[in-house]
Amino acid sequence: MRPPPRLLWGLAGVVVLGVACLIGGSMPSPLGDGDPVHAALLPPGSRVTVLDLADGRTMASPKVELDNGEYLVHGRRLTTAIPAGDVASTRNVRLWLGSDRFGRDVLPRFLRGGRISLAIATLGALVALFVGLGVGLAAATGGRVVDSVLMRMVDAILAFPLLLLLILVSALFRPSPVMLVVVLGLTSWMGLARLVRGQVLSLSTRSFIQAARVAGTREHRIWSLHYLPNLKAPLAQDTALRMGILVLAEATLSFLGLGIPPGLPSWGAMIADGQRVMLDGWWLSLFPGLAITTLVISLALIGDGIQQLGSASS
Amino acid sequence: MKRMVLRRMLALVPLVWLVATLTFVVVQAAPGSYADTIDNPRLSPQTRELISARYGLDRPPVEQYLSWLGAVATGDLGTSFMYKQPVSTVLARALPPTLLLAGAALLFDLVLGLVLAVAAARRPYGWVDRITSILSLGLYGIPSFWLAGLFILVFSLLLGWFPASHMHSVDAARLSGLPRLADLLRHLVLPALCLGLVGAAGTARYLRATLLDVRSSRFMLAARARGIPERRLLWVHALRPALLPVVTLLGLSLPILVSGSVVIETIFSWPGMGQVAYNAARARDIPLILGATLIGAAAVILGNLVADVLYAVVDPRTRRPS
Repeated sequence: MRPPPRLLWGLAGVVVLGVACLIGGSMPSPLGDGDPVHAALLPPGSRVTVLDLADGRTMASPKVELDNGEYLVHGRRLTTAIPAGDVASTRNVRLWLGSDRFGRDVLPRFLRGGRISLAIATLGALVALFVGLGVGLAAATGGRVVDSVLMRMVDAILAFPLLLLLILVSALFRPSPVMLVVVLGLTSWMGLARLVRGQVLSLSTRSFIQAARVAGTREHRIWSLHYLPNLKAPLAQDTALRMGILVLAEATLSFLGLGIPPGLPSWGAMIADGQRVMLDGWWLSLFPGLAITTLVISLALIGDGIQQLGSASS
Repeated sequence: MKRMVLRRMLALVPLVWLVATLTFVVVQAAPGSYADTIDNPRLSPQTRELISARYGLDRPPVEQYLSWLGAVATGDLGTSFMYKQPVSTVLARALPPTLLLAGAALLFDLVLGLVLAVAAARRPYGWVDRITSILSLGLYGIPSFWLAGLFILVFSLLLGWFPASHMHSVDAARLSGLPRLADLLRHLVLPALCLGLVGAAGTARYLRATLLDVRSSRFMLAARARGIPERRLLWVHALRPALLPVVTLLGLSLPILVSGSVVIETIFSWPGMGQVAYNAARARDIPLILGATLIGAAAVILGNLVADVLYAVVDPRTRRPS
């Protein structure tokens, strides 16, 4: 059967963003640490001339003149004169996404931030998948006491509003990226545990599994032949949606200054940064916002598409 | 019915206790204490110890936990470290703004969601439906803080229609009566719009699906056979049963009504519960953190209960014969 179009659209969105961030994320910034004096807040598409100085620093400006043996580097407010002897080389660079208030090229930061966001959401969803799968299976197969203890625990954790819980934990612990993965994973497995438990319990009453049991099939064969194939689609769908939620959650935390530590770029923090100079630099928060939206929508489309595939085949 | 409610109410107590205990463990496990957040380099170690002793932070965690639990059992949530006021007073002050903001957002959410869903369900897969579904998908993916920034940029900074933050203007104390109310409403528009739009996307998606479900049911066929006009069919016969799941949505949004939205309240400097909880966590204000999560958890659990009860009330089919 042909895959539903929304699955393809979703996959296209994730693959394009993902590949761009994975490959471009290690791209070095042509502006070095940035030139806050001469190259701050340049709009997308600006061309700048970069001067690599002999002492290793870089300067950049959209307007550089060579005036009898001196480079005149024009900034918005002041002009710096550099003797030509101090300049090792010059090159022209186009800033596709503009520059921020520290005169840094936005594009490499955007890609690196996307790589970090994607990695954290993927790993967080994996943590949630393993914990949710483990708890759900244990609840479904471990007998009544285990089941009710685990499910009451799930109820209790679900009784926290997720975002409030995340903010509480992040504000208290100030997580490193690794901790952030753990925190995101450990606060979002509960729905999955319920899903797995429900699926396993309902599958257990289905005639094909009961027939397999009656026929004396070994338990591990029943699991690998009957349970797992039937769990795959709901798990994949749930994981796609969960990744989207985690992308949003991580961005929200980073926006509040509680997520990715400062120093590392992240889409949420870039939006927060851009909102400080909203009138002078609309592009700073525009592109990370569009990227988050595209990524979350693509993941939702993938989830929808998997569900359509599943309901069409059954 | 009554027994179900009573049983669920009783189950609420251990659940809330479990949440409070989990929060206590998390807060205790976190590095740093309230004494560390007082940002003063000249604070001597002795003074630090005095502060810790003053707030009972030097006692062993188990003792702190038991005394807090005992106080809560008698209805005393303790005293906030940073506000130097009873936690109940701080929360009671933050609740009305949150109720106002979340209530307005919820109203907007439901009305817009309903209109969009009915418009979409009139002709499934027509252009209205397509635009609505693209719109609601877009709103689902938009980070609320980004949308809020966009709104502030356009409606506040560029057009100057609405104020960008806070609940009242600086000179609102001099106003009274209608002008004061108008001032409040002007401040309410942008945050409520942000909060409500994101919700409306979900409501519209959900309601559209149930509307389409209902439309293919037999009683709709029967009603159509009776010659009832299409418009009445949609607005009355299909909408009423389709609204049932919305009752569940309403119950599930009770937590937002009470705990507030941290993000929106922070961006718009709205003095509600979300901001209180956020500031409490940053200041390690343990009694306030515990009080806020306790109220929030109770709201979630009560919301679920209210949803189930309301559902049974409005839909006779789900009532068990007694």
